Amino acid sequence: MNTNAGIIKIPVEMYYMIAVRGEIEVKIGIPRALAYYAYYPFLTTFFEKLGLEVVVSDETTKEIMDMGIEDTITDACVPIKLFHGHVRNLMDRVDYVLVPRLVSINREATFCPKFLGLPDMLSCSISKFKNMLEVRIDLKKSRFELFMICMRLARKFKKGFFLAYNAYLRALLSFKNYTHQFLQGGIPPLGILGQKKNNPIHLAVVGYPYMLYDPYLSLDLIKKLISMGVYVVTPEMLCERDKKKQASKLKKTLFWTFSNEVIRSAYCLFENRTVDGIIHVTAFGCGPDFIVDKLMEIDAKRYKMPYLNITLDEHTGQEGLNTRLEAFVDMLKIKKAKKEAALA
Amino acid sequence: MKKVSFPYMGTSYIPFERLLKDFGNKVIVPPRPTEETISYGTKYAPEFACYPFKIVLGTYVQVLEAGADTLVSSGGVGPCRAGLYTALQEKILQELGYEFEMITLEPPGRHFRDLLQNIKKLINTRLTLRDYISISRFAWKQLVLLDKVERLSHKTRPLEINKGDSTRAYKKCVEMIAGAEKYVDFKEIERESELLYEAVEKRDYDPLKIGIVGEIYVLMEPFSNLEIEEMLGELGVYVERSMFLSEYTISNAVMDLFHMAGERDAKKMAAPYFKEMCGGHGRESVGNSVIFAKRGFDGIIQLSPFTCIPEIVAKSILPKVCKEHGLGFLTISLDEQTGKEGLRTRLEAFVDLLMAKRKKAGTLTVKSQVAKEMA
Ligand code: SF4
Ligand code: SF4
Repeated sequence: MNTNAGIIKIPVEMYYMIAVRGEIEVKIGIPRALAYYAYYPFLTTFFEKLGLEVVVSDETTKEIMDMGIEDTITDACVPIKLFHGHVRNLMDRVDYVLVPRLVSINREATFCPKFLGLPDMLSCSISKFKNMLEVRIDLKKSRFELFMICMRLARKFKKGFFLAYNAYLRALLSFKNYTHQFLQGGIPPLGILGQKKNNPIHLAVVGYPYMLYDPYLSLDLIKKLISMGVYVVTPEMLCERDKKKQASKLKKTLFWTFSNEVIRSAYCLFENRTVDGIIHVTAFGCGPDFIVDKLMEIDAKRYKMPYLNITLDEHTGQEGLNTRLEAFVDMLKIKKAKKEAALA
Repeated sequence: MKKVSFPYMGTSYIPFERLLKDFGNKVIVPPRPTEETISYGTKYAPEFACYPFKIVLGTYVQVLEAGADTLVSSGGVGPCRAGLYTALQEKILQELGYEFEMITLEPPGRHFRDLLQNIKKLINTRLTLRDYISISRFAWKQLVLLDKVERLSHKTRPLEINKGDSTRAYKKCVEMIAGAEKYVDFKEIERESELLYEAVEKRDYDPLKIGIVGEIYVLMEPFSNLEIEEMLGELGVYVERSMFLSEYTISNAVMDLFHMAGERDAKKMAAPYFKEMCGGHGRESVGNSVIFAKRGFDGIIQLSPFTCIPEIVAKSILPKVCKEHGLGFLTISLDEQTGKEGLRTRLEAFVDLLMAKRKKAGTLTVKSQVAKEMA
């Protein structure tokens, strides 16, 4: 019997499977954009513990932005353009690029339509993009949906149940840890571990995570404020329960998870008055935000809370932003001094 | 007595006015949107509000000035913004110092009881069950007929010899329908309308066919789309819109009750390209384009309000869809700055392009399916 023939007959897929199980790691790319900023500890930990090599796209640069602009239609909002740019940055150096289709993470709301249509947009706008790993995340279906999604992913990469289960738990833990850091006054995505509570001015900066925590897009707004002696509060730094309480303030719950987060934080702060003013950071041409912003603006007036809107796009200049921030902070300082003088 | 008013959209005000009157309200008919409406809208609405929002807000200001004290509008359950319109509009108008009651009719699927309660608020006379049936039957027939005469105008316009004939016929039909008193009148009106269109002098040729898809409000309200259908018709193009009012009402009110979202055909056709329902009419735009392609149309025009989210998603997908099906594609973004002249030039260029394509393919000999339908 010719043993050699038997060896040759092993199908190619088998070799691939052996390779996957063995040393050669699958490289999974995660674009540093949109939902990444809200959930990255979960994503990176899960895939790492699963034994894949995780490659996160580079931090946003002008080059990435330009690639994004090239591929998208002009009236798309900046964050969507950036996502396209980050995909381009990744797609040639990994086996899969993770593109989430975020549908819901709870029962009450969904996400901006552009999140829902993201994979469809990408496959039409970037013609060479063939290695998309589309993951649909619709957690309102059942309580175990997130777990099921993770298991399905594990099966796709031919990983065992226990390994996957362990990765899932670790990922949850790491996410919890991350939210905890926020509650302690840190801003982990920007590498800020803690802030001085006794800073004279406390300011809330509200907006979507992918606007606030992308230093290129937000022109480093948060760090700038901190360097001006401001204690910055972001929506993630408020406790979940307080935010939930504000839900009844609106006649109708907004349809979008992140927007609810933003507007509830604002109402929280209007009531507790733990900050001296609110800055709303939004993207040029953002659909949901025209409602969110106007509602907040009207109510800020009712609660007599100083309010500043900052709209960012790919052309916003650092200079103009700085002057606006400085003027706002100075105004608050003067106001505070006056109030204290009146009290004394 | 309540003085009720509502947003203006195409000819929908005719059955709506009648309905509200029969329910015992005083109705303030919203004026057709004009420059003035828009100027109120842009003044009071946030800058990035979508165009329909601005027009509707402007209309509200006008009717409140005219003395309305109750505003009725339809809600929606997202995920697009339309369902949240009223919440914000109410706040803005209150800020301006108007006093009124806002009644939002949510689609029946989720809050059926709320809907009934809201409808009850609008019924201010005693009616028997028979009255209800006859009132709704009347309004429905009116709606269907209005759609029918509009479709007829689309068919006749590209063929007319004297420019403007079909538009005149259409206006006359609308007048007749609006003036109907009793249900039995409709039979007569329907016949007369058909005769009116038949009387228009026509040429005999196979016109270019363009399908129009996009967001519902700019699709239905000619002021907001700069009367694009009329413009195209006069360029000798047969236009067909993907959505008409009666269908829209069915899909929003009836289908929703049974939790069937959207148009099912369109949904199926869109599936390979657009996998998720994302609010507004993004997916319908894609699906209907495929249907138009299958029926042998030459091109697609997508109408989207500036910053409209679902249409932006659709806009990223449509070029590929149209290319795969060999359709011409033009997208038009509408807001208060879109000019009529600019639009006409773009349309003319688009029509020329389609003509050239047809000649090259030599398809003039094969009569397409629509041409057969029209004959
Ligand atoms: S929420 Fe706004 S910024 Fe975010 S994707 Fe949607 S439109 Fe763009
Ligand atoms: S579908 Fe478009 S126009 Fe309609 S509410 Fe949504 S964004 Fe506005």
